[in-house]
Amino acid sequence: MAEHDLNALKSSGFMTQKEKDLFSVRLRIAGGYIKAEQLPKLAEISKKFGRGHLHLTTRQGIEIPYVHFDNLEKVRNELAEVGLKIGACGPRVRTVTACQGEACSHGLIEAQHLGKKIDEIFFGRSGIPHKFKICVTGCPNACIKPVENDFGIMGVVRKIFVKEKCNYCRLCQEVCPVGAIKVEENELHYDPSKCIFCGDCIFACPSYAWEQEKVGYKIFVGGKMGKFPDLGREVFSFWEGEERLFQLIEKTLDFYKEAGKKGERFGGTIGRIGLDNYKEKMEAAIA
Amino acid sequence: MSEMKADEKLDLRGEICPYNFVKTKLKLEEMEIGQILEVVIDNGEPIKNVPRSLKEDGHQILKVERIEQYFKLVIKKS
Repeated sequence: MAEHDLNALKSSGFMTQKEKDLFSVRLRIAGGYIKAEQLPKLAEISKKFGRGHLHLTTRQGIEIPYVHFDNLEKVRNELAEVGLKIGACGPRVRTVTACQGEACSHGLIEAQHLGKKIDEIFFGRSGIPHKFKICVTGCPNACIKPVENDFGIMGVVRKIFVKEKCNYCRLCQEVCPVGAIKVEENELHYDPSKCIFCGDCIFACPSYAWEQEKVGYKIFVGGKMGKFPDLGREVFSFWEGEERLFQLIEKTLDFYKEAGKKGERFGGTIGRIGLDNYKEKMEAAIA
Repeated sequence: MSEMKADEKLDLRGEICPYNFVKTKLKLEEMEIGQILEVVIDNGEPIKNVPRSLKEDGHQILKVERIEQYFKLVIKKS
């Protein structure tokens, strides 16, 4: 098999294995969401073309190992019958991961829905220096680990205090993870500069004195694992608007394309050029 | 707030999430609408989760009282 063929295959989600002519077929499963009726087909394909098992990846995906080169197109076609697509490898935007979001009692945003939308728009985008991983986590519990992604999105909530409803029970003070609330006899002190927008006070308050004002996104950039792990840094503590979020991803990819060196992950680019520089450029580019 | 007489009481100290909530929920199911249940739960995770789940189920938390490292919740079945 010619070298260029191998690269073409790798770019489209077929990964070489130790054994000659065998490939692991990576699926594109945004947010780890797969329908029950798609599963029998996977079982069938793995038995027919692989070795009868599947591999669950760390990014919520599924791979079908040990597929012979001659069968790759057949596998692709059979997957398409149940609406399943092939994932991505190489220097491009990877399948977006997301937590259960709307289904979870802690979810502040519809992480599944948002993750799928982002995947629809940005999946497979190439022309960037290295791989680019995006995730959506529904709340500051951060189950999907936004700091381990090149671009991590976290659902957050902003609140307002309705004094008349407060009965000064101190529950919010107890549940606040950062000590932003202090309750005295008949007085409540709130320090917004400490708030991480998790909404624990809103959900705990028995008298509905903390009201949800708006949901937004906390953005982390430059995280990665691998040989040289590095945690992503918080760049925007409360980014507003879904459309504006898509613009931010678009502009971030433009920035990475322009400023990144070949083979450099986004965290490296940011480290070299400066987080503030990136932040200023984004703020200037997006209204 | 004046003292309310509890119809039922539950001591859920040492009970982990979500069993503390499940036990509260089961107790409330046995009770009549408008009746008062008093539960004592631990500080930390329980205080974060139990009141929230009770609100989601539509019950009213009339009073929260801190007793050392515990919290007493006075709940009205709704």
